[in-house]
Parts: sequence; structure tokens; C-alpha cells
Amino acid sequence: MYAFNFLLLSAALFSFGIYGVIARKNAVMVLMSIELILNSVNLNLVAFALMNNSIDGHVFALFVIAIAAAEVGVGLAMVLMIYRNRRSIALDELSEMKG
Amino acid sequence: MTALFASDHGVNVAQNVGFYIIAAAMLWGAFRVVTTRNVVHAALWLVVVLGGIAAQYILAAAEFVAISQVLVYIGAVMVLFLFGIMLTRATIGEETDVNNQGWAIGIPVGLLMFGVLAYVTLDFTEDATLPEPTDEQITGATMAISDAYLGDYLVPLIAVSFVLLAAAIGAIVLARKD
Repeated sequence: MYAFNFLLLSAALFSFGIYGVIARKNAVMVLMSIELILNSVNLNLVAFALMNNSIDGHVFALFVIAIAAAEVGVGLAMVLMIYRNRRSIALDELSEMKG
Repeated sequence: MTALFASDHGVNVAQNVGFYIIAAAMLWGAFRVVTTRNVVHAALWLVVVLGGIAAQYILAAAEFVAISQVLVYIGAVMVLFLFGIMLTRATIGEETDVNNQGWAIGIPVGLLMFGVLAYVTLDFTEDATLPEPTDEQITGATMAISDAYLGDYLVPLIAVSFVLLAAAIGAIVLARKD
């Protein structure tokens, strides 16, 4: 298998995630796009582990999985709190801190 | 620039065919995640992408990471997402405005990002091929991961466990009704 297969696939997933973070209004959909980004990075780490015949890439990928799980838990708790206070999770309406 | 990786490995046709089929499904799934108007459908398309990533891990001889991906993402994170959708929306179905006003700026940004990454990747790897995973690599991967975790990476492992504890407590505190 060519070395660029995994890297190009994860670059495409990363770009889709970037587009989703910019374009989406719903906070839950933005969190899904962040998951796409984190997973593309994980795919890169595993591909690098295969290239260099080293296990460190797997270890880093597992660390990223753990941190992503924590991030989703806290992120969804924040989304729930915003929904309870405002009855909406549209991100463009959250402008109280605007100067 | 010359490739840094060994390039005398052959190209395994079956592995490539599997890769491209899974990759096509993943790219379509990712496209639907960021374009569909239905939040529940977006979560279900995300399952396609996450499952495809787990399959790619198996192609890359990372079985333990693939199992962790299925358990954590498809098992736990998807349930969290579905609960989040359920608790923040009154109606299930298509929404009219799911995008920001300036959503179109995301297209050039995403294309630029992909262009730069693809250029660097192709320039860096050229036509280098990945080595076939050996039997020893496949069977010894989980053992090597545990050795790494309880050896060099013991302190980061303990730190991650504290991060998870703090995240769990923080999520409870944030979502609590008081």
C-alpha cells in the first residue's frame, strides 16, 4: 500500500471537519465535526506507527481517544446547560460576550 | 525531496482494494455528516465514518486501537451524541437552517486546507510504499502497547486518568439542575 493512502484520506476527513466547524450552527453538529478532525489525526498516528515500525503511534492514538471521550462529555454537558438557559443551541445567537 | 521511508516494498492489491472501498464509504459519510439537514442522520452518518476508521486501523495492523475505537466511539460517544440530540431538540426531522450565515466561507477554507495537506503529503512520501505488517508485529502489538503504557508512558497514563476524572466531575457539575 502506498504511504500517501492513509495520509490523503485523513487530510480529506480533516478538511470536512474544518468545513463543518465553520459552517454548522447547531452546537451538537459542531461537536460531530470536531470528532471527524480528531479521528483523522488518529488515522495519521496509526499510519506513522506502521511506517516507522514503532508502537508509539498506537499509544498516542489511544491517548487521543481518551481525551476525545472526555471532550465530548464536557462539551455535551455545556450544550445541555446552554439549552436549559436559552431554549436554543444555535451558536450564532450566543453573542452576549460581544464587545 | 527524497522519501524518508523504505520504498522497495511491493503493493498488496487486496489490501489496496479494501482500502479504497472503505475510504469511499468514509468520504461519502463525512460529506453527509457536514451537509445533511437532519441532526439524527448526521449522527448516524458519523457512525459510518467511525466504523470505517476502525476498519482502516485493522488494515494498518492496529487491532487494539480498532477495538478501542469501536468500544469508545461507536459504543459510548454515539450514545452521548444521541442523548444530546434527544435532550436539546423537541422535534425529529429536517431543519430549515442548520448553517451559519457565513457558511460559504467554510468551502474555500476546507479546500485550501486539503490542498496544502495533499501537496505536503505527496511531496513528502512520493511513491513510497508501506511495509507489510509481519506476523510478529500483529500478534505482539497489544503486548507492546501494554509495555509502553506501564513503562515509558506511565506518568502520562496517570495524568490522562486524572483528566478523565476531572471531565466526569465537570460534566456532572455542569449538567446538574440546581
